[in-house]
Amino acid sequence: MKRSYFSGPYALWMILFTIFPIVFVGLYAITVRNETANSLYAGLKNISEIFANKGTYMKVLWRSITLAFECTLICLFLGYPCAYFLASKEFAKYKTLFVLILLPMWMNFLLRTYASMGLLERNGIINTIVTSLGFERLDLIGTRGAVLYGMIYNYLPFMVLPIHTSLKKMDRRVIEAAQDLGANPLRVFYKVTLPLSVPGIISGITMVFMPSVTTFAISGLLGSGNFMLIGDVIEAQFMQANNWNFGSALSLFMTALILLSIGLLNRLDAGKNSERSEKW
Amino acid sequence: MKKLSILLALIMLLTGVAYADSITVYNSYDYIDESVLDDFTKETGIEVEYVMFTRQEEMYTQLTTGGGKYDIIFPSDYIIERLIKDGMLSEIDYEQCPNAKENLLDSMWNSDYDSGNVYSVPYMWGTMGILYNTELVKDEIYSWDSLFDPAYKRDVFMLDSMRDMMGLMLVYLGYDINSTNEDELAEVRDLLIEQKQNNIVQGYLVDEVKDKMVGGEAAMAVMWSGDAMYAMDLDEDGVLAYTVPEEGSNVWIDAMCIPKNSENYEAALKFIDFMCRPDIAQRNYDYIHYASPIAQVVEELSEEEAENVAVNPTEEILERCYFFHDLMDQMELYNEYWMQIRS
Repeated sequence: MKRSYFSGPYALWMILFTIFPIVFVGLYAITVRNETANSLYAGLKNISEIFANKGTYMKVLWRSITLAFECTLICLFLGYPCAYFLASKEFAKYKTLFVLILLPMWMNFLLRTYASMGLLERNGIINTIVTSLGFERLDLIGTRGAVLYGMIYNYLPFMVLPIHTSLKKMDRRVIEAAQDLGANPLRVFYKVTLPLSVPGIISGITMVFMPSVTTFAISGLLGSGNFMLIGDVIEAQFMQANNWNFGSALSLFMTALILLSIGLLNRLDAGKNSERSEKW
Repeated sequence: MKKLSILLALIMLLTGVAYADSITVYNSYDYIDESVLDDFTKETGIEVEYVMFTRQEEMYTQLTTGGGKYDIIFPSDYIIERLIKDGMLSEIDYEQCPNAKENLLDSMWNSDYDSGNVYSVPYMWGTMGILYNTELVKDEIYSWDSLFDPAYKRDVFMLDSMRDMMGLMLVYLGYDINSTNEDELAEVRDLLIEQKQNNIVQGYLVDEVKDKMVGGEAAMAVMWSGDAMYAMDLDEDGVLAYTVPEEGSNVWIDAMCIPKNSENYEAALKFIDFMCRPDIAQRNYDYIHYASPIAQVVEELSEEEAENVAVNPTEEILERCYFFHDLMDQMELYNEYWMQIRS
């Protein structure tokens, strides 16, 4: 307790850059502005608007959630084996392989997305190869698949890393014990390795799902703006419609949804590993 | 005593710069040939502090919240309208700006956001239209109709900008570009939704479109003349062309204004006059390549440039182009419908 003042800078940081902004977003969300009458009043019009406008925002929200869900699922199925092999004894000596997973993260994600754009365009690298081989040109850019690809490409490391860490930390003797007791490799995996790596999986899922559900630049650049996500709608409210109040209401709604899903995941996590301390 | 006066003279000489006038100029990013600023200082002894913004709204916020003191700002037409309404601009004394008075094109004096240029002096201007790839379109493009031709599959780029896109389509349908009428806007919405459903649109983008058009990614794109000029400059094969459709379009002006709270009014006027001098306007034109409002620059255009409506819109084109007005919070319907189109 004596050293609690060490947390001072962090507390200040939190107040300035987390609490204040959230309070402001909340205030914006529950006020309605009328420029012509130059008036400002409290009201829930912005909140109800989220569910109005012919269900437009719900449709966009549903698209964001399904895309994020697909992205998370694919990342999990690609990322788990990857993390598994990287953490295994045989691969442990190949440190470069691990660095290769991290390498893309050293570059700015916007830069990587622009590079992907050059890859997928009509006269891009992939299509140049495809057409020079005598095949029909592929429609890649501006499709839903392109958006999904961009999300997976960007967020896969966030799935691999936590799973890798939890597998690395695992007590090898537990596996040996299972093997000694006669469990075949498949059984060892399902009964021992997988359950013990659940914390890694859960943080992997959160770290991939959260940014995917709120992403906006990827859908714009790779989806050519054809697949508007909730992040794009929020951006448009601030940058185009000049309607900060509705933008804030949407942001707040998103935050609430994310909090809810973290809560659900935590419950799942706690159920599986009751001895582990709370993650969030 | 003599020594002291020499010393004093020396000090005054050394610190002379600090005594001379100094002005702060606030312009959009990459929107001037910066060597012009040095020449201004050389000729007048007035120092220039040059500050840049990326968006008009950013500048407006800076001005209204008192975030900074500026002597010259470069707002667009609808922001000028808002600033005049707010009473934030000083009138321009044209007696002190002979270059502006004499060199501005006649067509630059009767804009409806500031008729007679009482508060603003045009700097650069342009239109909106269609940039098309002559090798990818079947015929010459002259109408907005082409944007709805189902023969073009995923071959058209629309602008991800609700005001511009819906305004242009209002003109296409024969309505007022600044309409807030629900039925008219709904008609625009249905038109654009149908266009999307017919799979004509390849995407809704802003900044990326010009490079995509240079790369031959689509047959047509809705664009600002300035961006179109940029693309045509990069296009080595000369396949890109720009047109202002016959149904009409938008015309925009970026101008120079002096905020009321400027303490260097006279120096600011000198700067505006300097910018309207033919040789200086020419250098800015060569650098930015937007349409210049200075008559001498227009006269100097090469034959090829003079024929290009992106840098030299004809009087006839201007007659069917309209300014956007500041709609403030009447944009709600635009927003609702635009979101329906895009979702």
